[in-house]
Amino acid sequence: MSATEPPLVAIRDLCKSFGAVRVLEGVSLDVPRGSVVVLIGASGSGKTTLLRCVNALETYDSGSITVEGTEVGFRAPGRRRGEGELAAIRAGIGMVFQQFNLFPHLTAAENVMLGLRKVRKLDKEEARSRAIHWLERVGLGAKTESLPGELSGGQQQRVGIARAVAMEPKLLLLDEITSALDPELVGEVLAVVRRLAGDGMTMLVVTHEMAFARDVGDRVVFMDAGRIAVEGKPRDVLVDPQHPRLRSFLSRVELKRAEEDA
Amino acid sequence: MSAIINALPSIWGGLVITLALSALVVLFSLIAGVILGLAILWAPAPVRLAIRAYSDVIRSIPLLVLIFFVYYGTPALGIPLSPFWAAVIALSAFKTGHIIEIVRGAVGSIPRGQTDAGKAIGLTFVQRLTYVILPQALRRFLPPWLNAVTDSVKGSALASLVGVVDLMLSLQQVIGRTYEPMPIYVIGALIYFVINFTLSSASRRLEARFAYVRD
Repeated sequence: MSATEPPLVAIRDLCKSFGAVRVLEGVSLDVPRGSVVVLIGASGSGKTTLLRCVNALETYDSGSITVEGTEVGFRAPGRRRGEGELAAIRAGIGMVFQQFNLFPHLTAAENVMLGLRKVRKLDKEEARSRAIHWLERVGLGAKTESLPGELSGGQQQRVGIARAVAMEPKLLLLDEITSALDPELVGEVLAVVRRLAGDGMTMLVVTHEMAFARDVGDRVVFMDAGRIAVEGKPRDVLVDPQHPRLRSFLSRVELKRAEEDA
Repeated sequence: MSAIINALPSIWGGLVITLALSALVVLFSLIAGVILGLAILWAPAPVRLAIRAYSDVIRSIPLLVLIFFVYYGTPALGIPLSPFWAAVIALSAFKTGHIIEIVRGAVGSIPRGQTDAGKAIGLTFVQRLTYVILPQALRRFLPPWLNAVTDSVKGSALASLVGVVDLMLSLQQVIGRTYEPMPIYVIGALIYFVINFTLSSASRRLEARFAYVRD
């Protein structure tokens, strides 16, 4: 990665309100190609909203998000993109959700195949073989014909990851993907993400797993009340926090973790 | 007994009319109800308000009033309708109000995350409806819809009051000739029961078939 290469994702002065509530107040952030940027912060700090703005699941009021130089939310200043343009942009950005959001009426393989067939326009055989390839990579080669309701939470989330990465996105968004899992299932999901990070996948990650953030994050961003309060290398941000709000956030997270372990 | 056997052909004729009337009502209300039910979720606000008003008004009017209104009202507008078609229109208009609500409930109850997930893999609005939302909504739509279908069959008996010789009116005509109300009404009740019981057992089989987790 050269120092002059433009970042894959560039967010500038992003602002968003839900009615009278301002959730993002001038956020600027770069995600360099091949890096993992981790967003942490209390609930309501705006980190999930920020993530959802990047693939236009939320609109933003002002500022800019570009992915590979393309403005996500607007066709031209003040003119929002239409449904077809948004679909094309989203097809290049993968997302994995806190609640998995698998399609319950489709098998694991069909969940992965849907985007390959209808968006990538692959024929059925090719889509199936690619889906099975990715399901094997997340350790679910034996579950390709299972319905989501027949899988554990950790298995469902791994299908969710396979569904996103099978599209070969240039960017992967992970939204608290282990928060809905039983503690003993967290490890298997994070192992898959570590492997993707090792393969050079560019990721923007919202998480409450601080050990994971330290482990895979190239940069950690602490959000507070709709702003970026602290940004830096994981070691600097997480190990020796200077910012008072960050310090109290980290001690609350640790306390909760200790209670869960007890 | 022989009087009853002699009456069977006219009861059969009435049954055919009842089935035809019900089938048309089910078909028309399904088409109109699905279109309007989807529109109430996604169309621009004025259209949504108009559909909402239609659904609320039509479901608040007694079905019989609606049938009389269409049958006696349309000639005044210069479009005289046969009793049969007046009944088809009135019953379909009424049933459409219900189907709108069933569609709205079935589609609206699919979690938001399903739409998010469909968007995230790059599906367009129509693709999301086709491959993600509607297949799931169908499962929630079928039981209340089949309930509405049996309602339509029962409601069709009201068409006899504007002179449609359906199962109900043909029963009454036979009673008029034979003076044997009890056996004739029992036969009529049995026929209605057989139709609707068949429909509701079909409904249960369909529900089982569309379950996501295999037994």
